Amino acid sequence: MQQIINFIIRNKTFLLFLLLFFVSLFFTFQSHSYHKSKFINSANFLTGGVYESFNNISGYFGLKKENKILLEENNRLKSILINAKTGEFKDVYIDSSILNKNYKYTAAQVSKNSYSLTNNYLTINKGEKDSIKEELGVITSKGIIGIIDKTSKNYSRVRSILNSNIGINAQLKKTNHFGILSWNGKSPYIVQLTDLPKQAPVVVGDTITTGGFSTIFPKGIPIGTVASFKTDETENYFEIDVALFNDMTNVGHVYIIENLDATQISNLNNLDE
Amino acid sequence: MNNTISTNIVRFILLVLVQVLVLNHINFLGYINPYLYILFIILFPIKNNRMLFIFLAFLLGLTIDLFTDSGGIHATASVTIAYIRPIVLKFSFGAVYEHQTIKFSNTDIGQRLTYFLIMILIHHLLLFSLEIFNSSKIILILKKTLFSSIFTLILCLLTTILFSRKTK
Repeated sequence: MQQIINFIIRNKTFLLFLLLFFVSLFFTFQSHSYHKSKFINSANFLTGGVYESFNNISGYFGLKKENKILLEENNRLKSILINAKTGEFKDVYIDSSILNKNYKYTAAQVSKNSYSLTNNYLTINKGEKDSIKEELGVITSKGIIGIIDKTSKNYSRVRSILNSNIGINAQLKKTNHFGILSWNGKSPYIVQLTDLPKQAPVVVGDTITTGGFSTIFPKGIPIGTVASFKTDETENYFEIDVALFNDMTNVGHVYIIENLDATQISNLNNLDE
Repeated sequence: MNNTISTNIVRFILLVLVQVLVLNHINFLGYINPYLYILFIILFPIKNNRMLFIFLAFLLGLTIDLFTDSGGIHATASVTIAYIRPIVLKFSFGAVYEHQTIKFSNTDIGQRLTYFLIMILIHHLLLFSLEIFNSSKIILILKKTLFSSIFTLILCLLTTILFSRKTK
């Protein structure tokens, strides 16, 4: 017993080093698996607060671009609205109480964004206080951004589509052939669509949108266009490089989508198990 | 003594803020970022309580990890270079270190360069190996390590020259 204590006292520096080394390795490996990175994240009050107050200042430099994006979106929505009123749908009465029936939108501001790492995350300034939950989709007016993966009271962390652990159901816009969207960690402008059946009529320039199979995103949210494609090793599926509509290096305002029927759908899906 | 403690506290906070708010967004040529925060570990007083030093290095790395959502990669790399620092010091400064009297501002520029370079290379190699964590991408790991190390080294030297109190 005496010898053990002596050993510990003699090697206390080395033992402390080993302890801290393995604690940090534990955190690292936890962050590699999908649902477990719970302790170390930027959605807490300290890091969220620092990022938000810094963003309050640096946000001014991007205002011109932000305004342009908002104006474009307004323009698009206005033209849909005005054409709907005068065109063939003019007699259709829109009941505004049904608008929030399936999907609920919440606007948020990105306070931290990264795109040069292998696993990228964003931090946004809406949290549990604004009834944001995990596993909600995040989009901009141009296309998808990612999925909420951790929330705190005032902030949430978003798993960006530029993350090697992401897997989103996506499909060709013109047909219903679907595949899985992932990222190989190289360019922040290109993501990969895999497992798309070889029968699908893919042409360079085709639009890729979200598929309707996930409960996170509604069907038809734009993602990007086909930049190049080839068959994978098994020769049965396509591997497609998708050029994103969104510039992931410059994200300002985002929308969070909540599918109000998500629990019903996942309950149905879980019936077999 | 009090002065040293307050200097190091201010240095800790300043380096973390500069790292997460400015340097992490440089992305030179798409992926090259300097990691200046390890200057805290490099310049920590040599006469110290080693357990406290290793713990502070862990805390520093973990703070950076909190901000960048990177799990524990910065903490691992920082703890490691904090632990092996005496060996690197002995290697680069030789017998002078044994007397524990050196001050970084008085040392020979060549010796200081070796010391900085070894510390930065080990830190970055460990950091990027853990970040990418894929043996088939070893070229990418080495490339990132090399370029980021050069960037960090230049920035570290500039910072130490700019902020050294003694003007000769």
